[in-house]
Amino acid sequence: MSKIFETPLYPYTRSADQDAATPVRHPVVVVGAGPVGLAAAMEMATQGIRVVVLDDNDRVSFGSRAICFAKRPLEILDRLGCGREMVEKGVSWNRGRVFFDEREVYNFDLLPEQGHQFPAFINLQQYYFEQFAVDRVRQMQAEGAPIELRGENKVDSVTDRGDHVALRVNTPEGPYELEADWLVACDGAGSPIRAMMGLDFVGRVFEDNFLIADVVMKADFPTERWFWFDPPFNRGQSALLHKQPDDVWRIDLQLGWDIDKEEEKKPENVVPRLQQMLGDDVEFELEWISIYTFQCRRMEKFRHNRVIFAGDAAHQVSPFGARGANSGLQDTDNLGWKLGLVIEGKAPAALLDSYDVERIHGADENILNSTRSTDFITPKSDMSRLLRDAVLDLSEHYEFARPLVNSGRLSVPCTYDGSPLNGPDGLVGPDRTRPGSPCPDAPVGNGYLLPRLGGRFTLMTIDAEAPATFEEAGLSVDHVALSADDDPTGALRERYLGDHGRAVYLIRPDQHVAARAETFEEDTFRAALRRAIGKE
Amino acid sequence: MTDLTLTPNIEGPDDFYAELLAAHEGLSFEESNAFNARLLLILANHIGDRAVLARALEAAHRPTPETNT
Ligand SMILES: Cc1cc2nc3c(=O)[nH]c(=O)nc-3n(C[C@H](O)[C@H](O)[C@H](O)COP(=O)(O)OP(=O)(O)OC[C@H]3O[C@@H](n4cnc5c(N)ncnc54)[C@H](O)[C@@H]3O)c2cc1C
Repeated sequence: MSKIFETPLYPYTRSADQDAATPVRHPVVVVGAGPVGLAAAMEMATQGIRVVVLDDNDRVSFGSRAICFAKRPLEILDRLGCGREMVEKGVSWNRGRVFFDEREVYNFDLLPEQGHQFPAFINLQQYYFEQFAVDRVRQMQAEGAPIELRGENKVDSVTDRGDHVALRVNTPEGPYELEADWLVACDGAGSPIRAMMGLDFVGRVFEDNFLIADVVMKADFPTERWFWFDPPFNRGQSALLHKQPDDVWRIDLQLGWDIDKEEEKKPENVVPRLQQMLGDDVEFELEWISIYTFQCRRMEKFRHNRVIFAGDAAHQVSPFGARGANSGLQDTDNLGWKLGLVIEGKAPAALLDSYDVERIHGADENILNSTRSTDFITPKSDMSRLLRDAVLDLSEHYEFARPLVNSGRLSVPCTYDGSPLNGPDGLVGPDRTRPGSPCPDAPVGNGYLLPRLGGRFTLMTIDAEAPATFEEAGLSVDHVALSADDDPTGALRERYLGDHGRAVYLIRPDQHVAARAETFEEDTFRAALRRAIGKE
Repeated sequence: MTDLTLTPNIEGPDDFYAELLAAHEGLSFEESNAFNARLLLILANHIGDRAVLARALEAAHRPTPETNT
């Protein structure tokens, strides 16, 4: 059986750079073709900027990794041209069940908010995610996008030369030198580049081990998320069961700290445990078994002159709440347009410092949420456990305790409150669309709002006047003119107008709100645009 | 008559829970128990209403299922 994770997707081929007399200079080199590196490359290519991706491997990721992808990353992927494919392949679930000891204490329906093109999240194996991303890269290449994917190209050394970065890359045919104006390091949690540059990566290690198994099972389990606290088949610990496409199920079993990993991983020890969990008559096959220890940590700074870190290389979280890849895609969403403007000479390099401010804010929020979930799932003192068990006991009878049960909080994008790029909030409008917020989707005409916002600066008017063309600081801003009547469901009004009859929004290329007002005040919006590109 | 609120009533439940855990940080189990007792009395005084307090005492008894020994 040949599976996609066994097939080389971008096999090594010799590049002309390897035969050049002097090192060839590229505007952007991305290191790592994981979810984040691939997204970074697509971000550059959609702006017409030449990009080379180097990866020491030549295929999708191996083993049990990300499965849960949230709405915001799907919207970003849609802008890049591969969000819908992922939703089609992925599975969605709405019902979750929480078990404590031998009983189900409650179940819930997520009741996702209506009026969004994308579901609150999907479950999809990371290898499918990467395959769809590589397919999209291939499609972009066929359309002439300047994007190059070099497999079995391992970066060995990185030197900051002030106005560029020098790289040494190892290949099956020996090493070669390469230069980059900008280097985007998406080389994962173990980031060799971070180590080469002697940079820190501090945070908290959770003293616990988790056995993560993907099993193929044809059983008629409902498409739900089941979470157990202290179940009979894993006493004193937790367990999770989650559905993926192709009849694959993700199982997480907490193991505790003092264990023999090699012993625990042996099928003869794993299978009986899973059998007890799934029921005696359920047939299943093991796809992967791994044991992970989780940590929550981040770099102190993500930008180091011309080397910019994104994804797991910059920050790492425990998987409860699925924030790893999800937040990495928001990194490149944030970085892409900024780097594009800097390369085109339309914004000062200092704009990139706002990447640091905004994404560190995001990383801290994610780390906080993952840490809290982990603390709830694996209480670290007797009193924490007592309180946790009290919450679970109460949750069976009283609704009030359920919001306190924390087996992972769904990844939601952060609002860049306090960002230096935020302009004025001239509207006493809905809180969720204040400057810094990611634009919430809404139905518009026959489609949805977010695809209309594209990936450029946009002036969005709702029942308000604004000039059809608007140029400032060398940028031409798109105008999307809407009316509250475009959305009969009322979501557009509720999300963007509140009690106002009209509004004007300046929206960044990453679909975050830069500024808003009730009417188009020219000076205000010109200043807001300059501010949003680091010119004020 | 005021009823005992048993539907969600705390804004930012995760923040609250984190604050509660943080308050216990560094305490021995005994100190934590004593802390809980003080906290309970402070909250009870804040509620004041004896009928509500009586309902709360009842409610706290109920979740312990017979299967738990
Ligand atoms: C059990 C588990 C469950 C998870 N569940 C979720 C989830 O549900 N949702 C979610 O969003 N996230 C989840 N995550 C996290 C997710 O897997 C990571 O956040 C994600 O893979 C990070 O992507 P990345 O591109 O930053 O790094 P990686 O995927 O690690 O990619 C790094 C790439 O860099 C390459 N590389 C490394 N060094 C070099 C070098 N020197 N030269 C060239 N290339 C190099 C590697 O080969 C690799 O391809 C989970 C993780 C685990 C372990």
